Amino acid sequence: MASAGKILRRTFLIGTAVVVGGAAFGAWVVAKPAPNPLKPAEGETALNPFVVIDGEGITLVSPRAEMGQGTETTWAALIAEELDVTLDQVRIIHGPPAKAYYNHALVGEAMAGYDASSIERSMGELMGHLGKVFSMQVTGGSTAMKDGFERMRVVGAATREMLVAAAAKRLDVSAAELVTDKGHVIAPDGTKIAYTALAEDAAEMEPPRVELRQPEEWKILGTKFRRTDIPAKSTGTATFAIDTRLPGQRFAALRLSPTRAGIKSFDAFEVSRMPGVEKVVDLGDGLAVVANNTWIAQRAVNEIPVTWEDAAYLPSDAAISEALEAGFELAADSMLRDDGDVSTLPMGTDRIEAEYSVPFLAHATMEPQSANAWFDGGKLKVWTGSQMPTFALRVAAEEAGLDEADVEFNVTYLGGGFGRRGEVDFTRYATRIAKEMPGTPVLLTYSREEDMTHDFYRPAAKARFAGAVKDGKAVMLDAQVSSAPVIGPALDRAAGFSPGGPDAAITEGTANQPYAIPNYRARGYAVPDLPPVGFWRSVGNSLNGFFMESFMDEMAVAAGIDPLQFRMDLTRDEFLPAWEVLNTVKQMSGWTGETPDGVGRGVAMCYSFGTPVAMVIEVADQDGAVKITKAWIAADPGVALNPDNIKAQLVGAMVYGLSAAISEEITFADGAVQQKNFPDYEPLRITQMPETKVSILEVQDHLGGIGEVATPPAAPALANALYDLRGERYRSLPLKKHVDFKI
Amino acid sequence: MAYTLTVNGTTHEVDLPGEVPLLWVLRDQLNLTGTKYGCGVASCGACTVQVDGQAQRSCVLRLEDVDGEVTTIEGLGQPDTLHALQQAWIDHQVPQCGYCQSGQIMQAASLLAELPSPSDEDIDNAMAGNLCRCGTYPRIRAAIKSVAEGV
Repeated sequence: MASAGKILRRTFLIGTAVVVGGAAFGAWVVAKPAPNPLKPAEGETALNPFVVIDGEGITLVSPRAEMGQGTETTWAALIAEELDVTLDQVRIIHGPPAKAYYNHALVGEAMAGYDASSIERSMGELMGHLGKVFSMQVTGGSTAMKDGFERMRVVGAATREMLVAAAAKRLDVSAAELVTDKGHVIAPDGTKIAYTALAEDAAEMEPPRVELRQPEEWKILGTKFRRTDIPAKSTGTATFAIDTRLPGQRFAALRLSPTRAGIKSFDAFEVSRMPGVEKVVDLGDGLAVVANNTWIAQRAVNEIPVTWEDAAYLPSDAAISEALEAGFELAADSMLRDDGDVSTLPMGTDRIEAEYSVPFLAHATMEPQSANAWFDGGKLKVWTGSQMPTFALRVAAEEAGLDEADVEFNVTYLGGGFGRRGEVDFTRYATRIAKEMPGTPVLLTYSREEDMTHDFYRPAAKARFAGAVKDGKAVMLDAQVSSAPVIGPALDRAAGFSPGGPDAAITEGTANQPYAIPNYRARGYAVPDLPPVGFWRSVGNSLNGFFMESFMDEMAVAAGIDPLQFRMDLTRDEFLPAWEVLNTVKQMSGWTGETPDGVGRGVAMCYSFGTPVAMVIEVADQDGAVKITKAWIAADPGVALNPDNIKAQLVGAMVYGLSAAISEEITFADGAVQQKNFPDYEPLRITQMPETKVSILEVQDHLGGIGEVATPPAAPALANALYDLRGERYRSLPLKKHVDFKI
Repeated sequence: MAYTLTVNGTTHEVDLPGEVPLLWVLRDQLNLTGTKYGCGVASCGACTVQVDGQAQRSCVLRLEDVDGEVTTIEGLGQPDTLHALQQAWIDHQVPQCGYCQSGQIMQAASLLAELPSPSDEDIDNAMAGNLCRCGTYPRIRAAIKSVAEGV
C-alpha cells in the first residue's frame, strides 16, 4: 500500500540519480552487453563472463568479495543449480574487476521499500542498470543474492542449454531427448558426454531463452550446502591480502597523520640507517617505511620524529557533540517520510519525547587493512581484499599514472569487510609506496593502531523523537536525526563522483519502518565538518535501529501495552512479514511479557535491506553485573538460498551489533582518535556470547538481504531488556557507561 | 646474529634481531602465513601458535625467547591430513571471514591436549583471549565439544 506521497518521494530519488547519469547515457549503452573480461587461455572456453570450461574442468566466476558472508559459494551455487554441476566439481574464482560484474541490485535497491508496488520495483530494476553504466562492482548493501538470484540462474541455464545443443548436434538427436546431470549431457541410450568435451562446440551456439526451474526442483539451493572456502580457512591455507608473497617480497608499514592532515616536518636520517630498513616514503599525509620485515618497518616508522598539521575537521568530542546539536537547526537534508500531519498532537494524547545519541565506531576487521603492490614502470599488479574492485582499480591506475589496462588487480579473501574494505586508502598508499620501489613487490600492512585511528567511522549521531499513543497504538511519530552524510563522501573517495541529493543513510531504519503510524515523519540533518565516516555494517540502520526501536519501546510503555504486542499490532496490516517475524520470536522465546526478578527481556524489530528481523534478548543480573544469557532471532529473507549460512550470518551480525551496543566507542581529542587497539575497543568475547536460537521464514515474496540485517536490532533489544531488568531507560551508547557487563 | 628455530619439525637458521616477535619471523621470513597478525599486543589471539604444545601469543614472543619447538596451524594439519579439530571446524562450518580461525584452532588444540573433556566453562575460559569479529563463537564451542566428546 504505497501512498502518493511515498511514490513522489521515490520519483524524486529517481530524478536525482538520473541527473547523475546524465543524458549522455542513452538506453542503448545500458542495453549493450558488457564485454567479457575473461581472456581464456589456449584450450579454455569462456562461455560467458561467469563460466569457463577447459579440458580439465569447469570454473565459475563469483565476482563478489568473500568476507565471510559465504557469497563466493552461494553465487556459484546459483549458476551450478541450473548448469547441473555439483559444487565439488567446479573451481570458483573471483575474476578480474570488470563492468560485466556490476551490481545490478545496489542502485535499484535504494528505490524499493517494503510497500513498493510492482511499478516501483520495475523502476528499481531500470535503475539497476546504472550500476552497469558506472561499473559498480560492489559487495555491499546486502545485495549480492538479490543481484545474482535471477541473473546467475539464467547464466547457468543458458550455458546448460548451449551444451545440450552442442551435444544434440554431435549425436544427431533432438535436444529434447537429452538430459543433464553432474557436468554431463546424457543421451537416451546412456551415452554420457562431459561438459568439458562440449565447451568448444557450445561456444558456437546461440544463447537460448530459458525457463528457470521452480524452487521445489532445486538440488543445491535451499539445502544445507557447504561453503567452499572453509577447508582453506580451517587449515591456514586461505590467502588473504596480508598473506600474498611474491619473489623478492618487501614489507611496508605506515604512520598516517593522527589528524589526517599534512606533515609539517620530519627527519628520517636515523631511521634510514636502521638494519633492515630499505626506504622511507613521504606519503604526503603520512610516512611509510619499507623493510625486510613488517615488524621492523613498523618500529622504524614509529621512531621518525615528525610534526603534523592540525585537523581539518572538528577536533574534539565536545565540538562534535555541539555540532550535532546545532545540526537540528539546519535546513533538513532529507524528509524521506511525511505521512499525515505531525504538526498537531492528535486529540486526547500527550506528547512523548526522547533524545538519543550514539558514538563513532571503527570497523576493526580482524585483518588490518593490507595490500600488496608491484610496480615495474609500465605495469602495476595489486593484490588486496576489496569490496569495490573497479573503483580500487581506478585509484591504483591513477596513483601509478597508468591506464587501467596496465593494472592487474587481484581480489583476495577479505579478513573481514563490514564496509571498511569498500574504501580505497590501502590500495592508494600501497601503490604510492610501490612506485618508489620499482621492480620490488611491497606488501603494506596497517598496524592495528593505524587501522583503528584511520578508519572511516560509523558516524556519531543524535536523535530527537516525539510521538503520541492512543488506544494502545502509536498515532504519531516525528523523528529527527542529526549525523554526518555517509554515501556522498564515501562514493567520492572510491569512485571520484557522488550522486548528490539527500543522504538516505541518515534516517534509514527510521523513515522506512513498516509500522502503521498514521502521522509519521522522518527528517535527517547532514552535519558538515565531522571526522571521516563510511559504510559500517548496516550503515544508517545501525544507529536508526537503536533510536527507532528504543522509542517504540517508550511508546509501548506510555500506551501501557506489552512492547512485543505493540509492534505486532502496528505491523499486522502494514507489512505481514514483519508481524510474522515478531510472532515467531514470541513463540520461540515463550514471551509472556513477564520476567522474574533479576531477569529482563527486550524485543526489537528492524526492517533493512528488504528483510524484516525480530530479536528478543534476555539479560540476567549476576552479582550486580549484567550477563546476556539468551537471544532469539527470526528473519524473513523471502527465499533461504543457504539456510545454514544464513543462520551464521544472523548470529554474526547480532554479535557485531552487541559489541557496539555494549562497549565500542571512538572518541576524539586534538583531532586524534583516542582508541588505538583492542584493549581500548573491546568487541564481544566468547564468554559474553548468549545462547542463541534462529528461525528463518520464507513468507515475503521478494528476496531480501542477509549479511547486515541482524545488526540493527541488537542494540535496541539489549537496551530494552535492560529497561525491563532495571526500569532505567538508557538512551545513549555504549551501554557499559550505564551498567557493568559480565566479561 | 642468527637464531636456530624449529617449526613444525623443520629447523631454520634465522638471521634477524632477537627482539623480532616470532609472529613476524614466521610470516615474513619463513612464509608461514597461516599464523595471523591481529593486534601485536596479545589482545586478540589471531597469532596463537604452540611452543612445546602450549598455546602462546607469537606477536609478543621475541625470537630470542623462543625456548621450544614451535607448531603452527600448518603443522597441526593440512587440507589432506586434517587434525580432528580442523575436521570439526569444517563439519560445523565454523569460519566466516576465517582470519582469526588459525589462532582459534591452535588455542583449542592446546586446551584439548591439557583437558580432553573440558566443561562449557573450561572452553569459554580457554577461548576468551581469541577474538572473532564475525561472531562464530557458538560454532567454535560446538566444534570443540564435538572433538572433546569424540562425537
